[in-house]
Amino acid sequence: MSYTERVQLTVNGQAQEAEVESRTHLADFLRHQLRLTGTHVGCEHGVCGACTVVVDGVPVRSCLMFAAQANGCTVTTVEGLASKDGVLHPLQQAFWNNHGLQCGFCTPGMMMTLVAYLQENPNADEDDIRDAISGNICRCTGYETIVNAALDAAQVMRERI
Amino acid sequence: MGVRYFGAEVRRVEDPKLITGRGQYLDDLPIAGVVHAAFVRSPHAHARIQRIDTAAAKSTPGVIAVYTAEDFGDVARRTLPHMVPVAIVKQPLNYQPLAHSEVCHVGVPVAVVVGKTRALAEDAASLVNVDYEVLPAIIDWRRALDANAPRAHSGTPDNLVGALHGRFGSVEDVFAKAPHVFAERFETHRGGCHSMECRGVAAMMDPFGNGLTVWTSTQAPHMIRRLIADHLGRDERTVRVIAPDVGGGFGPKCAFYPEEVVIPLAAIELGLPVKWVEDRHEHFLSTTQQRDQSWDLEVAADLNGRLLAVRGRCIHDNGGYVPYGLVAAVTSLSAFPGPYALEAVDIKLDVVFTNLIPNTPVRGAGRPTTCFVLERLADRVARELSIDPADVRRRSFVRKEQFPYPTGMKARDGSLVTYDSGDYHGCLEAVLELGGANFDERRTEALAQGRYIGRGIASYVEDTGLAPFEGASVRVEPTGRVVVQTGAASQGQGHATMFAQICADILGVRIEDITVEAADTALFPLGIGAIASRTAVTAGSSVHQASLAVRKKAIKVASELLEAAEGDLELEDGVVRVVGAPGLNVPLGQIAAKLNGMSGIPMFQGIEPGLASTAFYEARKTTFANGTHLVEVEVDIDTGRVKILRYIVGHDCGRLINPMLVDGQVRGGVVHGIGNALFERVQHDEQGQPMAVNYSDYLLPTAPEVPRIEIIHIESPSPLNPIGVKGAGEGGTIPAAAGVIAAVEDALRPFNVRITEHPVSPARIRELIRLGQAD
Ligand code: FES
Ligand code: FES
Repeated sequence: MSYTERVQLTVNGQAQEAEVESRTHLADFLRHQLRLTGTHVGCEHGVCGACTVVVDGVPVRSCLMFAAQANGCTVTTVEGLASKDGVLHPLQQAFWNNHGLQCGFCTPGMMMTLVAYLQENPNADEDDIRDAISGNICRCTGYETIVNAALDAAQVMRERI
Repeated sequence: MGVRYFGAEVRRVEDPKLITGRGQYLDDLPIAGVVHAAFVRSPHAHARIQRIDTAAAKSTPGVIAVYTAEDFGDVARRTLPHMVPVAIVKQPLNYQPLAHSEVCHVGVPVAVVVGKTRALAEDAASLVNVDYEVLPAIIDWRRALDANAPRAHSGTPDNLVGALHGRFGSVEDVFAKAPHVFAERFETHRGGCHSMECRGVAAMMDPFGNGLTVWTSTQAPHMIRRLIADHLGRDERTVRVIAPDVGGGFGPKCAFYPEEVVIPLAAIELGLPVKWVEDRHEHFLSTTQQRDQSWDLEVAADLNGRLLAVRGRCIHDNGGYVPYGLVAAVTSLSAFPGPYALEAVDIKLDVVFTNLIPNTPVRGAGRPTTCFVLERLADRVARELSIDPADVRRRSFVRKEQFPYPTGMKARDGSLVTYDSGDYHGCLEAVLELGGANFDERRTEALAQGRYIGRGIASYVEDTGLAPFEGASVRVEPTGRVVVQTGAASQGQGHATMFAQICADILGVRIEDITVEAADTALFPLGIGAIASRTAVTAGSSVHQASLAVRKKAIKVASELLEAAEGDLELEDGVVRVVGAPGLNVPLGQIAAKLNGMSGIPMFQGIEPGLASTAFYEARKTTFANGTHLVEVEVDIDTGRVKILRYIVGHDCGRLINPMLVDGQVRGGVVHGIGNALFERVQHDEQGQPMAVNYSDYLLPTAPEVPRIEIIHIESPSPLNPIGVKGAGEGGTIPAAAGVIAAVEDALRPFNVRITEHPVSPARIRELIRLGQAD
């Protein structure tokens, strides 16, 4: 038996309205209903961080949130990071420059965690950043180049303010 | 030809799509009309299937079909073909696509439900009723060969999968004469794969004709095609296998799995595209792991602590089925004698069945555990003789002037294993120098403050560039775009960038002008797989050879077009021009257009159509990478927590194509090894129920636990391939657990602790301290 709800939300600046099953989590809704497949699921139990998106300015594990709970919210996913004309966000640029990704599966979640974190903590140092991404698992990189990318991006973001 | 890319830290061509969320991993593929599968898996480690009732599941709304082995006839009853069928496998018992009568570990697929959505399929899967007769299970691999041990498969004479034996030299003589002999017992453990993307398979029949297309998150699309075709009794040409973007592999994504047959079978049966994506819980239950070994070893050393010989026995847990030959075990055996110039080795390795998930290679395959036992033996000798562990290595290593060095061991084809090149002392001295000579003082100072710091070193040799081949073709299009195609799949290593670098230098083009296409059996006819740190050596060399052939052809044709001698031509910026007369030139694209032919116009004399070439570099002999790791840790003796203070890698993989990518491989590998040393343990209870099936119970290293990793490269080019490279994918992992554990033991010196196992948890460290104090 499935129950559905109607949700209205803004995703990457675009208004969306949809009928969702009550049990559908936000990650599945974004991926399969909105076809925004840049958000990945790595565990579906809230530990790996691959599914992280920004909801109303806060990084959220979209596998632990029902789509219905996002009603009225503003959601940003990795697809919404670059500017409309395709200019990469400083974090994206820094991940590329610093070899911050290998298979790229954890990368959207890492970047969405960091984008929210660095906005709040523009002067974060290496230890802060390691703590900030302690809920994001990467099996490929050993984290060092991700930390380098974050430090790089933080500097660019500071200069922009 | 100017070298601009080879050896440079070139940013990856793979990244732009991945950082913008445009990657296409298996679950992202927009397959129109796809329906979704969920598996029913065995809840028991060993059981006989008595009856499967699918009626309730079938009548659930949204369910399209429910299949058990019965529904697929013979195809489901046959066991899957073997990836590496070798005679040493005494009992080659493999999976059936869906278990028909017996299940031999928790997680074996017994039925599949296909539904309109994954959620509906899962709902219905929980309604499939299976009656099992639970059978006794063998879980403790150390007891698997006991006469009265339960059999992992009912009706088999014993639990022996195969018995391996490697030896050279006069072991008895060396041991009889050696002034020092020490015995040690080791228990080594590896963990799982834990690629962040789980496995997944999708399949569909072509709308016209008889073709079957399978997308699978694999490391080895060509091999999977061969095995699917074999099992389904199809011509290979009617099966196309594509590996889309793959989110990490680390070995287990090379195995051939039941789902890779069941999903195609369902797609054929239904005439619909069918997809299954493994969830993390299933990953814990069904993706192969690398598991336990126990070792009883003796080491012989001379008066100065030089290692002379090693002998003993290992029992190696194979798990419940043999999908992958004995590769994990064979690589453990063939990792002897490591970097040491031993006079004799004699190792027996018994591979045994248990009712656990199969043991197949995980990053490093059998090498990290062998490295662990060898390095721990070297440290034991140092400790017993009160000499510096570095001196044991210095005195025992193969020396630079000894290359090529036949170790005494025999390769799989019976030839002598020969280390091609290297500088083992060079790597060791480099990490010691960077690590600083004053560690003993620092340790004493720290102790005075009640802090326990320790330092460990671990050295290794890795056989890379595994036979037989990985091919590549290089083609120039009339637009001037260069297309490189290869069978070599990628799971994040950056192969496309590396191939583009090699090709760009030879053809004088920018890497932006190159498109690399890989991992699709329709694009390149043959391939083996991205395993065993072999892609740079094999496919890299093929790209090199094919690019050279294209270059040669371009110059030849240009010499006709420009009416100039070949020796007067140069190829730069995608243009062949006459040296000294740059106005006289012809772009590669134009040459390609000419070579693509025009109706009625004859081709050039003696030149084949197409500005293209295909090469299959054949890896006849193995190249050996090497290195030494130096680790400093601090142990909190109250909590047992280990903090890694410093991690230095001395690494030699021959010539570096892209140092940034090699560093990435090394760092990721090291962190995998840190997980093996301190965190990752696959726990089971006595009935074979896995105790850790999520990331709260199974711990992977996260950023705060991981140090910066300082890397020093030494380049000893391999003489065996045209680009002088060796593999780099696994060297980071191989010595990491050995190095970390050595450092922990060193830190706990005051407590007389010896560590002969991994992983060690904080609780275990506290226990070892207690036991050490009690001694
Ligand atoms: S998928 Fe959401 S935390 Fe892992
Ligand atoms: S890049 Fe592969 S998991 Fe992070």
